[in-house]
Amino acid sequence: QVSILSAMELIWNLCEILFVEAAAAGPLLLRLLDWVRLHVCDVDTMVREVLSSENPSKHKLFWNVVDVFVLQGRMDEARHLLSKEATANPTSMNMYKILDDLMKKMPVPSLGNTQTLTELELKWQHWHEECQRYLQDGTFASNPHMESLCKVLLGDEDAILEKKELMTTWYHFLVTRLLYSHPTVKPMELRFYAQSSMDLFLGGESSPEPLDMILMAAFEFEMHQVIKECSIVLSNWWFVAHLTDLLDHCKLLQSHNLYFGSNMREFLLLEYASGLFSHHSLWQLGVDYFDHCPEYGRVYLELHIERVPLNTEQKALKVLRICEQRQMHEQVRSICKIMAMKALRNNRLGSALSWSIRAKDAAFATLISDRFLKDYCERGCFSDLDLIDNLGPSMLLSDRLTFLGKYREFHRLYGEKRFPEAARLLLTLMTAHIAPCSFWMTLLTDALPLLEQKEVIFSAEQTYELMRCLEDLTAGNPDKQKFQEDDVETTKVEMLRLALARNLARVIVKEGTVEGS
Amino acid sequence: VWDKSENGDWHCTASWKTHSGSVWRVTWAHPEFGQVLASCSFDRTAAVWEEIVGESNDKLRGQSHWVKRTTLVDSRTSVTDVKFAPKHMGLMLATCSADGVVRIYEAPDVMNLSQWSLQHEISCKLSCSCISWNPSSSRAHSPMIAVGSDDNSPNVLAKVQIYEYNENTRKYAKAEALMTVTDPVHDIAFAPNLGRSFHILAVATKDVRIFTLKPLRKELTSSGGLTKFEIHIVAQFDNHNSQVWRVSWNITGTVLASSGDDGCVRLWKANYMDNWKCTGILKGNGSPVNGSSQQGIFNASLGSANTSLQNSLNGSSASRYFFPPLDSPRAGSRWSSHAQLLPPPPLIEQSCDADAANLQYPHPRRRCVSRPLNLLPENEGV
Repeated sequence: QVSILSAMELIWNLCEILFVEAAAAGPLLLRLLDWVRLHVCDVDTMVREVLSSENPSKHKLFWNVVDVFVLQGRMDEARHLLSKEATANPTSMNMYKILDDLMKKMPVPSLGNTQTLTELELKWQHWHEECQRYLQDGTFASNPHMESLCKVLLGDEDAILEKKELMTTWYHFLVTRLLYSHPTVKPMELRFYAQSSMDLFLGGESSPEPLDMILMAAFEFEMHQVIKECSIVLSNWWFVAHLTDLLDHCKLLQSHNLYFGSNMREFLLLEYASGLFSHHSLWQLGVDYFDHCPEYGRVYLELHIERVPLNTEQKALKVLRICEQRQMHEQVRSICKIMAMKALRNNRLGSALSWSIRAKDAAFATLISDRFLKDYCERGCFSDLDLIDNLGPSMLLSDRLTFLGKYREFHRLYGEKRFPEAARLLLTLMTAHIAPCSFWMTLLTDALPLLEQKEVIFSAEQTYELMRCLEDLTAGNPDKQKFQEDDVETTKVEMLRLALARNLARVIVKEGTVEGS
Repeated sequence: VWDKSENGDWHCTASWKTHSGSVWRVTWAHPEFGQVLASCSFDRTAAVWEEIVGESNDKLRGQSHWVKRTTLVDSRTSVTDVKFAPKHMGLMLATCSADGVVRIYEAPDVMNLSQWSLQHEISCKLSCSCISWNPSSSRAHSPMIAVGSDDNSPNVLAKVQIYEYNENTRKYAKAEALMTVTDPVHDIAFAPNLGRSFHILAVATKDVRIFTLKPLRKELTSSGGLTKFEIHIVAQFDNHNSQVWRVSWNITGTVLASSGDDGCVRLWKANYMDNWKCTGILKGNGSPVNGSSQQGIFNASLGSANTSLQNSLNGSSASRYFFPPLDSPRAGSRWSSHAQLLPPPPLIEQSCDADAANLQYPHPRRRCVSRPLNLLPENEGV
């Protein structure tokens, strides 16, 4: 039974050997042997059992293990085990020595360039004939196990096939076959051996499974087919997306006449990454994948990132960072707006304000500032003082926001008893028209305590300005009816006029007084 | 209204009776405008709703409150569809009525949802059943609306019309009519535009159809700047074998979902060679056809009333159709019961080709308000 992960590893490694490494004749066989040893390991338990037993050669599975070693080309290990059998069974010493010698001498491709293929083939031919002679002479006749081993060394298909259960798969059979009959196999020849191996191994009893077809396509160097079959079989784009990406980076997709190669790579990556985006935390990986899709990656990212649920502020900030890094201004604006709206609806004015500042949304900032001011009028105090106090240059985003900031500053100055500065600021707010007209009454009312101070704060000129503001306000008000009917308003105006007049009186005296000599 | 809780369950957080006739459609506004819904009904009205944040106890009990902000009463017949315009157009919506009038309203102050003004009235001459705004925010594209008609009259008039906003006349004018669509149309949907120059439109009629509309140079006629389109049909599927009632795109416009009287939802996707094929079939309860074990994936992708049917298919074995055959089909590539390697063969091959076996008895015609498929309706009678 092959788990999906093992199957993926199996396919991936084979693709690496055949496509990426493009192993040439010679090293190709060695790589395939490694591949088989690594992945076909159903026999590992049995091997361990025999090796760890007290008397391996007496173990009932002894010969199975020797066979396994030989089938996988693990000559040294096979010889080592055989030596134990030889010690235990001196009568077979002769046979053992010969077999051992044959195994030792078996020519195999080397990884370095120490011999050419022709040299190898020649050596191998000689060796093969030597084995043949020993077999025909009946050297191993008395020990069926050893005789069978010799046949295997000779690449006898039937002998190898007898040990089907030990190989478990046709691709193991293929590699074993190649090892003992065509060690110098060329990559392009693989397909023929692969097909016949599968046929011989399955022997018409069972039909190839999808995994078999994928491997077969690989042996046939049909990259496209491999990708296609994998896509069909696996319920996840992960494998094919990465495999295609790898092949594309090796520039293999084009060279194999797949003119839509790079499109296919991007297609698969887009699919995979899109799938990631529906996951509550893996979506962040999707971002990187989209970054590597030159044609549609950006627009896919733009569309997906807007849909990431912004359940927490942290998540929103994370998303924003990603957008800002990629200059996705519209998405930044949109996300900030959404967060600002959410905050506003929940009456979290400070949060809403900071979001609209981040979005550079002047209109919304104005709206929220108005809310703040309205709150102040109703409750007499500000919420979110920290935020307003630390607006800094972002205060300039909207006039109303600027006013809010400055107004708060006025309150601060007042609280710190820096009255002249406070007074100046208050006046500026009106004369420079930073304050909206609707707020002037409140400002003038705020001026009252300053006017009532023991010490004179407003200068004469300032007082005149204040009076002018008051007149502008009351005169310019078309709804005189309202003003007259509203007692509170009338009283306020009266009080203001009185306070202003008194202040004016005092300040004229003060300013007119010459400092004593 | 259903909300998704932290553990992924959907709960009904609000339910209220308001219209005096069947509610045909509901639609969400973009979250930039807050939590806003619009509904339209047989009672000749459309309404705009806003969620107000209520008492904290309500939140604990999982209830939300919706207030009606405005009622649009201009229609003299049943209002069959209501859709918000793409957000880059501001807070705008369109309604269409059974008497063939499409109305476009705008709320000039996005913070005041009770003030909507009727900006345009378009007479389509055919009873309208559905509308769709073109979501493209590209400056190369003028605002555009597709209108579908389910008019049963024998005149062979095109049942899909495209109206485009003319910058010069400041009016919407008919730019195109899809002459090949002559059967009643139940739903229509523009696909999200991925920076393409052309538009993709899905139509739900007696089958599923997908059209591409390629703008040709604007005709410089006296009426000024009306685009002419090159129309192609890129896909036509009758797999539902019955009336197709709704079509909906995923967010990248790469997967189309359709629902039909056969009680199934089908998903359609194009490969990178632009060939469209079916990639999934779901029954009404959300389970895939053929009892495949892909339910988990689909549950995650269905319903958030906030979005159109999102697709999070992680490459189901539809891939067979994503790769054009290079040479003669391989022999012997049969499904096997190698359980651990393969998921049981789900969706395409058998299902798409041999649907007859899987058809449920076609339901009598009815229009459904969209809701997550895997929840039983709570208050059917409300």
